[in-house]
Amino acid sequence: MDNLSSLSYFVPELFLSAAILIIIIVDLLLKEERKIWTGFLSAAALIISTFLIFQQYRLSASEIFHGMLVVDSMAVLIKLIIAVSTTVIILFSLPFIKTKSEYYMLLLITTLGMFLMAGVNDILMIILAMELVGLMSYVLAGFTKRNLLSNEGSLKYILYAATSTGVMAFGFSYLYGMTGQTNLFKIQQALLANPPQQAAFFIVMILILAGLGYKIAMVPFHFWLPDVYEGAPTPITAFLSVGPKAAGIAVLIRFFTTVVSHSAPGAALSFLQNLQVHIPMLLAVLAVLTMTLGNVVALRQTNIKRLMAYSSIAHAGYMIMAMVVFNAQGYQAILFYLIVYLFMNFGAFWVIIIMTQKLGSEEIDAFKGLGYRAPYTAVSMAIFLFSLTGLPPLAGFIGKFYLFSAVVKADWYVLALLGVLNSVISLYYYANIVREMFLRTTETQVDIPVSLYDKVLLTLMLVPTVLFGIYWNPVLRLTEISFNILR
Amino acid sequence: MGLLSLVTFIPVFGALIVLLIPRQNEKAVKIVSAVITFIPFVLATYMWGQFNYTMSGINNEAQFQFVQHFKWIPAYNIEYFIGVDGLSFPMVWLTTLLSFLAIIASWNINKAVKGYFALFLLLETGMLGVFVSLDFFLFYIFWEVMLLPMYFLIGIWGGPRREYAAIKFFLYTLLGSVLMLIVMLALYFNVKDPVTGGHTFNMLHMMNQSNHSGWLLGVDVRLWLYILLFIGFAIKVPIFPFHTWLPDAHVEAPTAISVILAGILLKMGTYGLFRISYPIFPDVAVKTSYMLAVLGVINILYGAFVAMAQKDLKKMVAYSSVSHMGFVLLGMSTFTDAGMNGALFQMFSHGMITAMLFLLVGVIYDRAHHREIAGFGGLAVKMPIFAGVATLAFFAALGLPGMTGFIAEVMVFIGTFSVYRTLTILAVLGIIVTASYILWTVQRVFLGKLNPKYENISEISGRELFTLVPLGILVILFGIYPIPILNLFRASMTHLINLIP
Repeated sequence: MDNLSSLSYFVPELFLSAAILIIIIVDLLLKEERKIWTGFLSAAALIISTFLIFQQYRLSASEIFHGMLVVDSMAVLIKLIIAVSTTVIILFSLPFIKTKSEYYMLLLITTLGMFLMAGVNDILMIILAMELVGLMSYVLAGFTKRNLLSNEGSLKYILYAATSTGVMAFGFSYLYGMTGQTNLFKIQQALLANPPQQAAFFIVMILILAGLGYKIAMVPFHFWLPDVYEGAPTPITAFLSVGPKAAGIAVLIRFFTTVVSHSAPGAALSFLQNLQVHIPMLLAVLAVLTMTLGNVVALRQTNIKRLMAYSSIAHAGYMIMAMVVFNAQGYQAILFYLIVYLFMNFGAFWVIIIMTQKLGSEEIDAFKGLGYRAPYTAVSMAIFLFSLTGLPPLAGFIGKFYLFSAVVKADWYVLALLGVLNSVISLYYYANIVREMFLRTTETQVDIPVSLYDKVLLTLMLVPTVLFGIYWNPVLRLTEISFNILR
Repeated sequence: MGLLSLVTFIPVFGALIVLLIPRQNEKAVKIVSAVITFIPFVLATYMWGQFNYTMSGINNEAQFQFVQHFKWIPAYNIEYFIGVDGLSFPMVWLTTLLSFLAIIASWNINKAVKGYFALFLLLETGMLGVFVSLDFFLFYIFWEVMLLPMYFLIGIWGGPRREYAAIKFFLYTLLGSVLMLIVMLALYFNVKDPVTGGHTFNMLHMMNQSNHSGWLLGVDVRLWLYILLFIGFAIKVPIFPFHTWLPDAHVEAPTAISVILAGILLKMGTYGLFRISYPIFPDVAVKTSYMLAVLGVINILYGAFVAMAQKDLKKMVAYSSVSHMGFVLLGMSTFTDAGMNGALFQMFSHGMITAMLFLLVGVIYDRAHHREIAGFGGLAVKMPIFAGVATLAFFAALGLPGMTGFIAEVMVFIGTFSVYRTLTILAVLGIIVTASYILWTVQRVFLGKLNPKYENISEISGRELFTLVPLGILVILFGIYPIPILNLFRASMTHLINLIP
């Protein structure tokens, strides 16, 4: 599709770009104490673009901008998840960031980058979109200028990202050399027509996985994550744990469904088996390493943000696990999981945001006796944590249930077994926070006041976490219609 | 809404009501909870009146009673499918009874009262749900729903080592249930619904071997799945190498929660074996039955010897549960009429007896604030009524004729003797050990000279008697005339035995 007719498929992104420019201008006109309006405007812009994205479900799946991007229902769903997650993050930030409008603009630009990542279809576009997201994220991670930890995190983030993106770009150059194409579909056809040299293709895979794996914090490319999570302002930590991860997973799925496996019946297997290195097995090993490392290291954390960092590594591991099966069911399970993960993870982070503020500490010990000092908040936190563990009747269980069922269906029993054992390990550190909140009490039980705004946001996260654990048919339908992937 | 759904979900709605009561009004919370747990008991008793003794259930939906069956998540063939048969109904009734009594026994809870009773009511729904579910997914949900309230009930209201005990219980049982999750998924993808041809979580379809896929009929596969499922249930029972969570959890839990743990939760393991493992993998069950019998005997002897060595009264009772659950395993490993019915009867009987024992330990602990067996002595002088009830319960536990424990054990032995002669003889030795530790305990606690420390100990109160007497009456009543209970089992058990080759 040529550039001009592509524009009608690009409405949400265009709208968001326009909104960013307008907000920059509005920012110039506002006085210091009114700057918070840019936050409100950003939230409004995102909500409108959410509706615009919804409209895109009606479009037929197609390549736009000469094949640089695609618009299919998976891209739409990922964009929806991203838009909702950024909206929530802006709502989380409003009480704390009132004078710095550049914060909201950076968030919006990152969101634009993630929208692009959701639909990338060209290796150049992959690099461009990931860099756009990355550059803004470095700034956001280091947003608290005077905080040493924040600076450290940001610097590590840049160095790590630069290296791994460079490695990935190098891998892309090999891929281009082998096929002479940059468009993923054309690469696929070229690979099918001329099966690549085994060793070279394997090196390409590893190099590219380094770049994509860094984005979703797959072991062994996860080292940046705990420091960044600990140093970044907590709303940004929450932001990094869902939006960019969803976008990264979208790129990964796209890459796998085109370059690694093939959609035609029968062809998928032969395509995969062309390689001497069993890519699913490689991924399975990486998935197990990722979740095990995340869970085991999380056991020993005393800082709650670091704990959530390792927990998010573990959750990335669960999602990679479902990728191993290379079929629609696995991908749908991942999409489903992203949706429930958004709510439960943001819920937990929201409690962390408001409580670390009020308690003045990020240590887990500080949560001691919270169940008696701020009961509603603490009970919600317990629900979020148990949902992250994957206990029924909460949404997290249903999410994990689908991940495991995709794995079991494809007869990866050992992988599924290692996955569920990891869930058991994760219970220990999540329950550790619950223990501090409920099983222990402080000397003086002073009630902690929680404002109405905090409670409303908390409830907004809590309702889906509980509801999708009891009745999740609509979400399931949504992920089903969202996998008419173009390939 | 069906009667069975009402029984199952009234407690959880009650929990919501309890949460709405103002925090200061502790009395109201307790009374409301008592009323709410009493309603399912009344309904369950009414259902007993309506119960059709000739319907067998097990693997035939038409033979189940009080069935409710409709789609829940159509996109994944998950159904809301509940019903009772002779296997589950006695446990449902017992659960409602013990829950009510446990609420009464919780009257002296004074820390975070609202939370305690709300969690307790949630727990009751979880337990009832496990016994009535006929859809594996639903079963799993209820099975896990029990864990959360239990963790808090032990962890917040328990004894000094409550944190350790609570997390240990939680981790152990979660480990068991995630193994079950794998089996559940494997079954789901390899059993087809005979009507629609799709996958299904319906347990009754899973029991029909002709619905199994070729993969699922493989010998190794079946054995592995059976073992995973078995570990899941064995942790709950608990069977010998998996029992270490039990003494901690039982000792640290508050009295009423120990009652529920020992009275109901332990039964879920063996219930799961009866309801799921046996009918779905009958061939493997037969092949591994000798192992199960050996594990049963180990449980009986190991539990009894360890109980004898205990200095703490509650720990002694906890280990006696391990020992008594061994009889259930031994009985169910025989596939004989007497053995299987005996096993089920032992589940029912032990639920009542062990509940009494834990209640009695609670009574004494509330007064003396310790549980050292050696620290008492001659309590019968000051607390004659208490001593009388306690002696009754202890004698019931050692299997004195005229009480339910005796009937159950005799039936188990009759069933086992023809099948595993040596094992039966070993198990009978267990009875002697049981008798010795129980008599020794009775002697040290109640008989002899009064320990001067307890000159002023007060007699058992009316409320405490109220929790004990109904159980005492039932233990004697069904010990003399067990037919009403055995009639409940009969049709289902006969059918189950016929299913097993």
